[in-house]
Amino acid sequence: MKVGVVTFPGSNCDEDALLAIREHVHLEAVPLWHKDHDLQGVDVVILPGGFSYGDYLRAGAIARFAPIMQEIAAHAKRGGPVIGICNGFQIACEAGLLPGGLLRNDHLQFRSMPVTLRVESTATVFTREASAGALLTMPIAHGDGRYSADAATLDRLEGEGQVVFRYVDATGHPTSAANPNGSLRNIAGVSNASGTVVGLMPHPERALDPLLGSTDGLVLFRSLLALTKA
Amino acid sequence: MTRFTVSVKIVPRHGLLDPQGKAVTDALHTLGFASVRDVHVGRLLVIELEAADTAAAQAKVREMCERLLANPVTEDFVIAEIAKA
Repeated sequence: MKVGVVTFPGSNCDEDALLAIREHVHLEAVPLWHKDHDLQGVDVVILPGGFSYGDYLRAGAIARFAPIMQEIAAHAKRGGPVIGICNGFQIACEAGLLPGGLLRNDHLQFRSMPVTLRVESTATVFTREASAGALLTMPIAHGDGRYSADAATLDRLEGEGQVVFRYVDATGHPTSAANPNGSLRNIAGVSNASGTVVGLMPHPERALDPLLGSTDGLVLFRSLLALTKA
Repeated sequence: MTRFTVSVKIVPRHGLLDPQGKAVTDALHTLGFASVRDVHVGRLLVIELEAADTAAAQAKVREMCERLLANPVTEDFVIAEIAKA
């Protein structure tokens, strides 16, 4: 199985994502270039973090029109797995692969810190190895992470189990103090209806090595191994 | 074809929290502008383009807003001004 990682101008977590796939789940990782029209036969696509196109206009707004995004949209439409991490989540929302949007943090500050997430759904390609309700620690590093959608959309996401991660405190409660950016309903990550496309603001690829304080990000990548058995 | 200059105002969707607007409101209050009730911070884009007439220029810019310039989930846009350049 091959996992592609897209590099846009301004991506800065692409190497970490490639390393995560190669070193931590021992799958083939393929760098993909934003100007290409070829997914090189990858089975899974990672849209990594960074500041694609300088976040000009809106975070992710310009990246969604990169040539490779047409192929990724077609891949997602066929049911191909896609995960958007941080800026990749913003791009996936702008591209309409995921519902909602990500706005400036409510306190207007860039936040780089570890957060606690609660796994809300294990019915996605990227969380099937996780336990529902499990608490995961991983870092965030963003200025535009406030998840927003209208109330009807949020109700639908909750009802359909498309909220995948929520910011919670150490005891697992989604308090406002545990919400690092003002995201509505403490939402940190969502999926599409079929659970094949997932986006989240925290960085699982930065939580794989004990040296960095947490290995809780591993479960997202390990969940992909089930695809190789199918 | 005529050259037009079109101004587009893009503002946060009404009802969504606008932290930049709130920060500016608070700063204006601090400066003594107590009458300020609310501020919304958005973007102004000034687009120069060629079009057959005003209606065509407006239609083209509307399409640009819908496809790229404004996020339909979080923002509203207004074509504020169309002038022959």
